[in-house]
Amino acid sequence: MRVNFTLNGNRVEVDVEPNEILLDTLRLRLGVKSVKRGCERGECGACTVLVNGKPAVSCLLLTVQVDGSEITTVEGLYSDHLFGELVEEFSKNFAVQCGYCTPAMLLTAYAFLNEALRKLLKPSKEDIVKAIEGNLCRCGTYPRVVRAITEVLERKLGKYG
Amino acid sequence: MYYKLPKIDYYRPKTLDEAIRLLREIDNSRVIAGGTDLLVDMKTSRVRVRALVDISSIPDLRGIEDLGRTIRIGAATRLQELIESNVVSQNLPLLKAAVESMGSWQIRNMATIGGNLCNASPAADTAPPLLAYDAEFVVIGSEGLRVIPSTKFFVGYRKTALNPCEILKEILVKKSEWSGWSYVKLGRRGGFTLSVVAVAVLAKVIDGVVYDVRIALNSVAPVPIRAYKAEEVVRGKRVSWSLIEEAANTVAGEVTPIDDVRSTSWYRREMSYQLAKDALAKALGVA
Repeated sequence: MRVNFTLNGNRVEVDVEPNEILLDTLRLRLGVKSVKRGCERGECGACTVLVNGKPAVSCLLLTVQVDGSEITTVEGLYSDHLFGELVEEFSKNFAVQCGYCTPAMLLTAYAFLNEALRKLLKPSKEDIVKAIEGNLCRCGTYPRVVRAITEVLERKLGKYG
Repeated sequence: MYYKLPKIDYYRPKTLDEAIRLLREIDNSRVIAGGTDLLVDMKTSRVRVRALVDISSIPDLRGIEDLGRTIRIGAATRLQELIESNVVSQNLPLLKAAVESMGSWQIRNMATIGGNLCNASPAADTAPPLLAYDAEFVVIGSEGLRVIPSTKFFVGYRKTALNPCEILKEILVKKSEWSGWSYVKLGRRGGFTLSVVAVAVLAKVIDGVVYDVRIALNSVAPVPIRAYKAEEVVRGKRVSWSLIEEAANTVAGEVTPIDDVRSTSWYRREMSYQLAKDALAKALGVA
């Protein structure tokens, strides 16, 4: 089946069998290697992509299902200002150890920040933790990830008490 | 690659009529909406199908509406849309609380309320609130529409009252004034977790007397259940700790849990008692 979608701002067309998952289309056909293969059953979040700006796991999406959608991976965010600030805070806070979960973690955090800034609502610490509950980090960097996200939010929306 | 999906045909109908026709005409076809349960079941060969009929882009199945006396939720509405809906937070806070406890953000952006109900897992988190609200499920097939009360929808382990070529179209909930509600869920971990036991309670307390109460649970029987006997214990009585204790004991007598990967029958029964106590105390306004 022919499927058209936007990948990081570029229009792509692929011809796939209906049983092909988006994770495989991205990694094996389109060479997008930031999207990691993890549990392949929606538990770990390593294969997270943004579908129309919202995080989704690409292991439980058939490629045919994303026809007409906008798919974003970290490759598409290199020149995005907010994404740049987020990456900087991740590195300043050492919110990375082995790095396997990092691209997905960044995407979820980026989508979360975007939403908070659009609504101009300052999320609570619990909201931040809740937002990344679908991104498993076996190195256990969660406190550092939460700190990195918090610091971007503080810069934009004011200090946390 | 650890999992490989079997070869399948895929259809994305634009209307309900077309979807029903496809389901009727193609042998071994099945509805897909969010796919977060179905694709895992297909990957692990728990479910074998030849064709998928994707109903997620049919406009009639989407959206949350306040119809005045009733709230209408389209079956293909994503879980995250329920959480973000003002109509849901204002009218169905119990449903919102349950949905917030489900999956992860990624999963909630994909999974649908209808999918959670039709998958009919005993642990379905949208079920206890809808059982408690006495929701009605509108289903559509080639004969037309029919309405199934939520309490008659789950007929056995992972089995619903839907006929093979029927589709759950929407969920209707009548508005009602409840003085309190609670959703108390126990999982194996703090977040992104399936329930070991969950208890939903709605209560209408006037001047310290329980005018009406609804108690529903998941993961304690082959299907999500209402605890009717415990409701009878509480209804019409004056709120007290001993009443809550008695009702929670009745709940523990009504459940028929099993041992499985997440817990044991014994523990689930104990927790049904404890969680029912917590949930009742909160909903009746004594905690």
